[in-house]
Amino acid sequence: CSKSNFLLKKMEISVAEAEKRTGKNAVNMQETYTVYLIETRPVDAASEGTNPVPDSLWRRYSEFEQLRNYLLVTYPFLVVPPLPEKRAEFVWHKLSADNMDPDFVERRRVGLENFLLRVASHPDLSTDKIFYSFLTEENGWKETVFETGFQAKADSRLKALNATFRVKNPDKRFAEMKHYGDELQSVISQLLRVRARAADRLYGVYKVHGNYGRVFSEWSAIEKEMGDGLQSAGHHMDAYAASVDDILEEEEHYADQLKEYLFYADALRAVCRKHELTQYELEMAAQDLTSKKQQREELATGTIRTFSLKGMTSKLFGQETPEQREAKLKMLETQIEEGEELVKERNGECEEFVKSAWVDIERFKEQKDHDLREALISYAIMQISMCKKGIQVWNNAKECFSKM
Amino acid sequence: MSSAGAPRSLASSGQKSIQDICHPLSAEESALNPGSAGLILPNGTPVDTSSPASSSSLLNRLQLDDDLDGETRDLFVTVEDPKKHVSTMETYITYRVCTKTTRTEFDLPEYSVRRRYQDFDWLRNKLEESQPTHLIPPLPEKFVMKGVVDRFSEEFVETRRKALDKFLKRVADHPVLSFNEHFNAFLSAKDLNKRQGLALLTKMGESVKYVTGGYKLRARPAEFAAMGDYLDLFTQKMGTIDRIAQRIIKEQSEFLMELREYGPVYSSWSSFEEDLHDPLEGVSGCMSNCSSALEELTEDMSENFLPVLREYVLYIESMKNVLKKRDQVQAEYETKLEAVVFREDKKTAVPSDVEKCQDRVECFNADLKADWDRWENNKRQDFRQLLTGMADKNIQHYEKFSIIEVSMLLKLLRHPQNQKEINNIKPI
Repeated sequence: CSKSNFLLKKMEISVAEAEKRTGKNAVNMQETYTVYLIETRPVDAASEGTNPVPDSLWRRYSEFEQLRNYLLVTYPFLVVPPLPEKRAEFVWHKLSADNMDPDFVERRRVGLENFLLRVASHPDLSTDKIFYSFLTEENGWKETVFETGFQAKADSRLKALNATFRVKNPDKRFAEMKHYGDELQSVISQLLRVRARAADRLYGVYKVHGNYGRVFSEWSAIEKEMGDGLQSAGHHMDAYAASVDDILEEEEHYADQLKEYLFYADALRAVCRKHELTQYELEMAAQDLTSKKQQREELATGTIRTFSLKGMTSKLFGQETPEQREAKLKMLETQIEEGEELVKERNGECEEFVKSAWVDIERFKEQKDHDLREALISYAIMQISMCKKGIQVWNNAKECFSKM
Repeated sequence: MSSAGAPRSLASSGQKSIQDICHPLSAEESALNPGSAGLILPNGTPVDTSSPASSSSLLNRLQLDDDLDGETRDLFVTVEDPKKHVSTMETYITYRVCTKTTRTEFDLPEYSVRRRYQDFDWLRNKLEESQPTHLIPPLPEKFVMKGVVDRFSEEFVETRRKALDKFLKRVADHPVLSFNEHFNAFLSAKDLNKRQGLALLTKMGESVKYVTGGYKLRARPAEFAAMGDYLDLFTQKMGTIDRIAQRIIKEQSEFLMELREYGPVYSSWSSFEEDLHDPLEGVSGCMSNCSSALEELTEDMSENFLPVLREYVLYIESMKNVLKKRDQVQAEYETKLEAVVFREDKKTAVPSDVEKCQDRVECFNADLKADWDRWENNKRQDFRQLLTGMADKNIQHYEKFSIIEVSMLLKLLRHPQNQKEINNIKPI
C-alpha cells in the first residue's frame, strides 16, 4: 500500500530475525519459545548517507497478539490487519505443522513483519502510541498496554459479540459486508484445502520421476552405445524430481497471501458485528425510552394501554393516591430525561461508528482488490517460471535420449 | 544389416531402389519409353493402367527408414484404415494391408487386402514355425481385459494399428523372413483362410524339422550366454520402467482430480466480487485449460508409452525361446558327436546325420547372431524414439501450460487500475 505510509514515512520497520529461547512460563514450567527481532530505523538517516545501527528489540508472538487485541478494542470501527496464523493449517504432508519448525518460523517472521507494515501504513492505526512503543520500548511495554485496561474491554467485547441478538433495522450496507466476509472466508478456505491436496499430489508426480533416474542408471550399465545417453538423461530426471521443492515453496507464498485475506475477512466481519452491536444497543435504548414515555402518558391520563403488573395490582388492590402518582411521574420524567440523553449519545456513537467504519471499509476494499490482483499476477508468473524449468529439464533429457 | 547369415539366395531380378522406378501411371514413364503403346513394368509385365493407385496415395504409403539409407528396398508394406465389422457372431476390426513391391516372388506389384488381428497372429506363428532360427518381431498384446480397455475405441485401435504396422515392416525389412511364403500369402491372398488351411496341411513336415527336445546342453557358448543374461536384465529394467510409468500415471491422475476442483472454486469466488470478478473468472478458465492439458499428457503415456514397453517384454520372451531352441540343436549335435567319437572304427567317415547336425548348429548360430545385431539396432532406434517422444510430450505439455498462464497474466495486467499506474510512471 504505497498511498499513505504515515509512520513508514519516518521510520523503516522490519522483523529481521527469529531466535529460540527457553524460560519459565506462567505456571513455572520450562518452555521453549521463539522471539522475533524488530528493527527500526529513522528514514532520514538512511537517505543522509550515514548508516546507523538500527534500534531493535525482541518480541514473542504472544506480545503481537496483545498488541492486536489492544487495537481491536481501541479501534472497533477499523478493519485491523491480521496476524499470521497461530498454528499451521492447510498443510500438505511435507510441510511441518510444528510451530518450532524452521520453515514455519521463517514464514511467521515474514507474516509478522507484514503485520507491522500494514499497521504502520494505516492512516489511523499508525498514529497509535501503544503501537509506537511496541516498536521502540523493549521494557515496560507490557505494563503500559496493561494499564490501558484493554484486556477487560477485550473480554467483555468478546462476550458481547458472541451473544446472539437481533437488530430490528439492520443497516443494509453492513449486512452485505458481513455476508461478503462470510463468503470470502468460505471460498478462501476451500481454495487453501484444494491447494494443500494438490501440492501433495504434485510432489508425488515429480518425485516418482526420480525413480527414472535410478533405473536409467542401472539400465545404462548393461548397454553399450545406449549407455551414455541413458545415464545423463537419468541425471536430468533426478534434477526434475528435486525441482519440486522450490516450486512448492514459492507456492506457499501464494498460500500465505490468501491466508492473510482469510483472516482479514474475519476482521471485516468483526467490524460489521460490532456495528450490529452498536445498532442493537441504540435500539434497546430507544425502545426503553419509548416504553418509559408511554408509561408516563398512561400515568398522566389514567388510561392503561400497556399492561404492567403494577398497574394490574393497583387496579385489583385499589388506586394509588395522588401523591404516589405524582412521585412516580417525577421519577419517570427523570428516567426519560436520562433516556433521551442515552439515546442521543448512542445515536451519536452509531453515526460516528458508521462514518469511520465505512471510510475504512472502502479503504480496505481498494487494498484487497489491489493485493489479490497482485497475488494472482505473481502466482501466474511463478507458474510460468515453473513451466520454463520443466521445459528446460525435458529438453536436456531429450538431447540425451537423442544421443542414445 | 549384417550379412553374417546369408539368406538362402532367392532369384530376384529388378532390384532397383524405389526412387528409380517410375510409377506406372506417371508422366516420366512415357518419357523414358517414348513410343511405347502401353506402360511396362521394369520386370517386363504390362501394367494394369486401371489400377486405382494415384501418385499421391503411393507417396503417402512410402515410409523410408533412416537406417536403411542408401540401401535398396523393394518391398513396402503399410497397415492402415481400421474398420469395424459387425456380424451376428462377433464384432471385430480389420485393417487394410497395402504392399508395393518389385519382387518376382509376388505376382503383382501392388496388393491391398483386409486382415484382422487373428491373421497377424497366424502369420507370426507360421513364421516362428518355419523360421525357427530367426527372431520373429513381436505383435501387440493379444488379450485385452474387457471392461478395462475399450477394444473399439479410436485410441486403442490406433495404437494397435501402429504396432501391427511396425511388425509387418520389420518382417518386410528382414532379408530372410521377407521371402517367407506365409508372409507372401499374408500380403497377397484374397482369401487367407483357404491359404491358412492349405499351408497347415502342406507345411506340417517343415516345422517338425527343428523339434529336437530331450538333449541336454552342457554349456551355452559365451556369446549366447551373454545374450541370455542380457535379456534377463533387460526384462527386469523394462518391468521397473513399466511400474514407474504406471505410478506416474496414477499420481498425475490424482493431481488432475485436485486441479479440476480449482476452476469451480475460483468461479464461485468471482461471483461475489466486483472489481475482481473478471480476473478471478480468468483464473478459473485457466485452471480448466490446464486440466485438459494434463489429461492429454496422461492419456498419451497410457496409449503410446506403455504399449511399446510391453511389446518389448513379449519380444524378449520369444527371443529366449529361440535361444533355447538353439541350445537344443547344439545339444543334439554334441550328443550325437560324442556317440560317434567313441565309435570303434575310426576309419569310417563321420555319419552324415552328425554332419547335418553340425550344419544346423552353424546355420542357427549365424542366423541368430545376425538377427541379434538387427534386434540391437532396432531396439536402440525404438527406445531412442520412445524416450524422445516421452520428452517431447512433456515439453509440449509445459508449453501448453505456459501459454495458458501467459494469457491469464496478460488479462490480469490489462486492468485499468494497472493502466493508471503505468501511466503514472514518470519518464526518467
